Amino acid sequence: MNTSLLRKIRIVLSILFIIPTTFVLVDFTRILPESTINWIIYFQFVPSLIKSITLFSLITTGFILVLILTSLFGRVYCSTICPLGFFQDMINFISGKIKKKKRRFIFKKEQKILRWTLFAIPVIIFLFGSSFGISLLEPYSIYGRIAGNFFRPVLIGGNNLVSSILESYKIYWAFPYEIHAFNPVPFAITALFFGLVFYLSFTKGRLFCNTVCPVGTFLGFISKYSFYKIRIEKDDCLNCGICAKDCKANCINSDEMSVDMSRCVGCFNCVQSCPTEGIKYQFALPFKKESNPVFDESKRNFLVATGIYLASFSTIIGQVKKKIVAKKESTIPIFRQNAISPPGSTSIKRFNSRCTACHLCVSACPTQVLQPSFLEYGFLGMLQPRLDNYAGFCNFECKICSDVCPTGAILPLKLEEKKLVQLGKAKFVKENCIVETEKTDCGACSEHCPTKAVHMIPFEGKLLIPEVREEYCIGCGACEFACPTKPYKSIYIEGNVIHQAAKLNLENAGPQKQVDYKEEFPF
Amino acid sequence: MDRRNFLKTAGVLTGSVVVTPGIYGKLFARSSRYINENFDLVAIKGGEPDIMFDEAIKQLGGMKTFVKKNQKVVIKPNIGWDVIPELGANTNPKLVSRVIQHCFNAGAKEVYVFDHTCDDWRRCYTNSGIEKAVKEAKGTMVPGNSESYYQEVTIKNGKKLTKDKVHELILSSDVFINMPVLKHHSSTRMTINMKNLMGIVWDRGYWHRNNLHQCIADFATYERKPHLNIVDAYNVMMKNGPRGVSKADVVVMKSQILSTDMVAADSAAAKMFGAEPETVPYIKYANEMGVGKMDLNSLQIKRIIL
Repeated sequence: MNTSLLRKIRIVLSILFIIPTTFVLVDFTRILPESTINWIIYFQFVPSLIKSITLFSLITTGFILVLILTSLFGRVYCSTICPLGFFQDMINFISGKIKKKKRRFIFKKEQKILRWTLFAIPVIIFLFGSSFGISLLEPYSIYGRIAGNFFRPVLIGGNNLVSSILESYKIYWAFPYEIHAFNPVPFAITALFFGLVFYLSFTKGRLFCNTVCPVGTFLGFISKYSFYKIRIEKDDCLNCGICAKDCKANCINSDEMSVDMSRCVGCFNCVQSCPTEGIKYQFALPFKKESNPVFDESKRNFLVATGIYLASFSTIIGQVKKKIVAKKESTIPIFRQNAISPPGSTSIKRFNSRCTACHLCVSACPTQVLQPSFLEYGFLGMLQPRLDNYAGFCNFECKICSDVCPTGAILPLKLEEKKLVQLGKAKFVKENCIVETEKTDCGACSEHCPTKAVHMIPFEGKLLIPEVREEYCIGCGACEFACPTKPYKSIYIEGNVIHQAAKLNLENAGPQKQVDYKEEFPF
Repeated sequence: MDRRNFLKTAGVLTGSVVVTPGIYGKLFARSSRYINENFDLVAIKGGEPDIMFDEAIKQLGGMKTFVKKNQKVVIKPNIGWDVIPELGANTNPKLVSRVIQHCFNAGAKEVYVFDHTCDDWRRCYTNSGIEKAVKEAKGTMVPGNSESYYQEVTIKNGKKLTKDKVHELILSSDVFINMPVLKHHSSTRMTINMKNLMGIVWDRGYWHRNNLHQCIADFATYERKPHLNIVDAYNVMMKNGPRGVSKADVVVMKSQILSTDMVAADSAAAKMFGAEPETVPYIKYANEMGVGKMDLNSLQIKRIIL
């Protein structure tokens, strides 16, 4: 095959992947149907792998194709499908332009211990029942958070500027989008990772992919035995070292004329740069002259210890209860014992063990009720989305999060099922309520309640005061969102650790009535 | 021109108008009826929402009474909830579409429609069927859920509510048509015209915190009042309002009320709902504050049963 063609194909494919992937992560217009979003995220390795654990179906087979692809062609995933890979290539490209230096890399030794440590930690934590480590290091989720926290606000800002200009001409087809909540810690963590990825790719090429990224490590392991490999033709090689200087993965040792396929990301820059066709991408039998990575016992012990250490954090910090913040007036502070996990997550524990915090659902949620958490789920649940009833409430007729979730942390639900899933129960704090404190009507909570679990009952003469019927409550948080009291709400949702089934309110069943409209008017 | 010629010409012209049952004749007839009867309120029932409106607006002299050539019109239906039209939580889309057509026939340059919704506004606009209805009638659907659209105003006669932020289109349009749906409301008993105006302001929480009924009446005193109120009482939610739970909440009343007086229309609608107007505090307060007339006996009412 024409050697320069390989690189071109890689670039074209990566663009074909990055555009829709980024689009679904930043889109605030909700223009794409959920099924399309599923197929766009289809090839993302970790989400599809995790989803398969609970829900194996056609839509979760992406990871198998990636495995096949890798065993045939090496880590081409990392240069085409992985959005963080493309993102780093872009930074790297810019860095090259700024430094005005194209060939700026050198061969580096593999950081084997670090690499496998950073692979083992998330896996072990996952086996302990938390996806925390994976969510921190998994490339698609990191990119999802970068896109959601940095690209999306820029896009929204641009949109709002355009819509405000159009608005002054009384043109309303564009509309401003208001961001309801800002979560400083999740933002800071994302910024930290953004900084790390940026620094590493700006100065050192694909070092992140070859030391930090657990997907890179895993696919790299398979890549060693792939059918197609980058190989140096000893007869044609001039030993000029140009390929090594062009290798952003730092994996070509031109002195020894070897290529470390476990770190090669399949960018094909080397193939193009070689003046003599001395480096080629060609078929080779797997298991030829290769050795397995060695696991030594002390390394393993260290990993287990680290895992346990981190896990212990969750129990300590899990005690910190979230205090609902506010500004003035009402007197009884509200403490939520448990966070509220999205409908379809079935339980907080299961959700915490499956979610990689890619924040696709955060972007897709029409009411913005889904917000990244800090310590609401405990330390190990950090960054995972929870329902924030200050930012919005879970729309009764909506189940987009369960449709788009790529890891199955939020399982798909039928709308009729979702309407009876109880995420939590409404708790009424009479002492804070306007009707009690001001002796005037309010009822904002009951207005918003889609099941009338919160209904109004007579109170002190002609007034009406809310009453909660927990069995009908689905924990959507509309009452809490609508409650106007400050600083503390008078009604709030206490999350269910395990989601329950709400009772269908049968008093609302019955035929539709008609009146005799030939009758005279009552006035 | 001498007197004889003048009389002759005038006679011929008059005769032709009388004899020709053409468009001019109808126009004369309509305007004369408007002048003669001058209804304060039109109540109609027994037909489809659009047909009832055709009949009802005739009684007020047609849409031309309210909308002049090249004017901009803003219509505020109730689009508060992400539910289907049959649940009666939002204004009937058929009615919205027909009212827009009437506005354009009267020469309107632009007809805007918006609501500051309770549920997610895009879902409300779509699932209420109103967005589609507006587009079909060539009106413009405008978002209402961004604070940037709202401008601060003072309510001079307000007791509890003295200032608020109002949607710019309410302030800048020539004609403001209020088009609520009559339905049960868990805290204000029922929602009609005055309650519907909660959808043109930004901070509803303030109203809820500061004596809701008084705030509704206060805002009704605000100088920018609807030029026409159209109460959709076709599908009427009798319980579980304002959002509704199921079709069992709805009674098909096939009715409609038109009035320039919000208090009068609210009172009549309350009676249709089965409540005395004075039992709804905000109607009582608004009546006391002189916003309109709660006593229906003092009004010229046109009642039509199709």
